[in-house]
Amino acid sequence: MITLNNITKSFDGTEVLKGISMAFEPGKTNLIIGQSGSGKTVLLKCLLGLHQIDSGKMHFNDQAFGEMDEEGRRTLRREMGMVFQGSALFDSMTVLENVMFPMQMLTDKNQAEIKSVAEAVIERVNLENANNKLPAELSGGMQKRVAIARAVVMKPKYLFCDEPNSGLDPKTAIVIDNLIREITQENNITTVINSHDMNSVMEIGDTILFLKDGVKAWEGSKDLIFNTDNEAVNDFVYSSNLMKKIKQVHT
Amino acid sequence: MLRLVFIKPTKGKVMRKLIFKDIQDLIIGSLGIVAFLSFFVGGVVSIQTALNIESPLIPKSLVGFATRQSVILEFAPTFMSIILAGKVGSFITSSIGTMRVTEQIDALEVMGINSVNYLVFPKIISMLLLPIVINFSMFLGILGGYAATIYGGLSSSADFIEGIQLDFRPYHVVYAFIKTLVFAMVLATIPSYHGYYMKGGALEVGKAATVAFVWTSVVIIVLNYFITQLLLA
Ligand SMILES: Nc1ncnc2c1ncn2[C@@H]1O[C@H](COP(=O)(O)OP(=O)(O)OP(=O)(O)O)[C@@H](O)[C@H]1O
Ligand SMILES: [Mg+2]
Repeated sequence: MITLNNITKSFDGTEVLKGISMAFEPGKTNLIIGQSGSGKTVLLKCLLGLHQIDSGKMHFNDQAFGEMDEEGRRTLRREMGMVFQGSALFDSMTVLENVMFPMQMLTDKNQAEIKSVAEAVIERVNLENANNKLPAELSGGMQKRVAIARAVVMKPKYLFCDEPNSGLDPKTAIVIDNLIREITQENNITTVINSHDMNSVMEIGDTILFLKDGVKAWEGSKDLIFNTDNEAVNDFVYSSNLMKKIKQVHT
Repeated sequence: MLRLVFIKPTKGKVMRKLIFKDIQDLIIGSLGIVAFLSFFVGGVVSIQTALNIESPLIPKSLVGFATRQSVILEFAPTFMSIILAGKVGSFITSSIGTMRVTEQIDALEVMGINSVNYLVFPKIISMLLLPIVINFSMFLGILGGYAATIYGGLSSSADFIEGIQLDFRPYHVVYAFIKTLVFAMVLATIPSYHGYYMKGGALEVGKAATVAFVWTSVVIIVLNYFITQLLLA
């Protein structure tokens, strides 16, 4: 469970996040949606501690982030996994080495143990036979799977994904979305996903935070998003011709 | 940034592997070009010296002497370091810069790894082996001078060997190695800095590598002046 209370963040005097409050629940895929530039990535990086928030409170379960010392934050970090927009795999390492890496760096497990855990996770993301390939030899969808495997190999309590299916075809995108959702449910992870893709919203939008220019303009779920009369949300949802057509057919 | 290089270090076993990889990339990978350049430039120095000796009063051993002095004092430590600013420096900037733009550095940070230590520390340690490369360059430079002298019939083998032993001061070698160690630190840190703090995309990686090369060579030249002033004058 992550709770945000009135989070603000500015860069050089420009306020990018303007008082965001929200609760992200465990075992659910929590989506942050909104137009490009609305502040999704900045919010995610604040959650990860890559950006310092200016004011407001962040709680991870019962721990207040603001009151933690350096050591406490480091421990908290180890309970987080992140899937970056461009996968961010280490390109000098093979798939298996990428997934083994966090365990090698941060645990005292022996090599054989690390290898068997990594292989199991790679199998979980349905990527057999790619263990010894380099990231450059993989398709975008396969790279995403490796990134997911690397993010969850340390059994995180919190998983963050920045546009996990951008650059993928619709079918692969849904497979990746569902993979993230299954892993979230299996391990009761608090997962927060940035997206601007309506397919993801319909597929995995358990909880949805809609950002517009750094403000929380709406909050709800995939069941509610098509029936709201919030103008900003409708504007976003029905921005594509496809969605407009569907709406016309319905009414 | 320098403080971050040394605090919260990476696990010993992992770090050892990283250091070996960097020694391979930065040091061993440079030996070829260093050997090639040293041999030929050493040869040119001796040809130039020989051609400029016109007076019969000047002993022929001057060719060996001049080759030794210029190779040991300047060519091997300074000139080679600048060549390596191009080779090693741009490799360091572009490899770290690529990791920055593809969010690999963020990925390290998110895992709770001190990315500065992970990336920069092994480069500093491997560059401590630069004196070995420079030593190699000195040897090949003088050998090149010798080969050119004999091959071109500029002076006799005995004269050249007498020249390279003439008035030999070990302190000059010490001076060259002190310089080299300082340049090694410059070669490891300035390109790392430009790669680590770069912003933008793939195009900017190339630009950062160029800027890093310019700064590295300028700093080397300026430090060379001050170190020489301090140690030899
Ligand atoms: N490091 C930074 N320094 C200054 N401004 C920033 C920084 N990062 C983001 N911004 C600004 O914050 C705003 C929100 O950016 P953000 O990257 O969060 O958008 P986004 O919603 O993730 O968009 P996209 O869907 O395109 O990824 C933008 O106006 C951006 O210019
Ligand atoms: Mg973004």
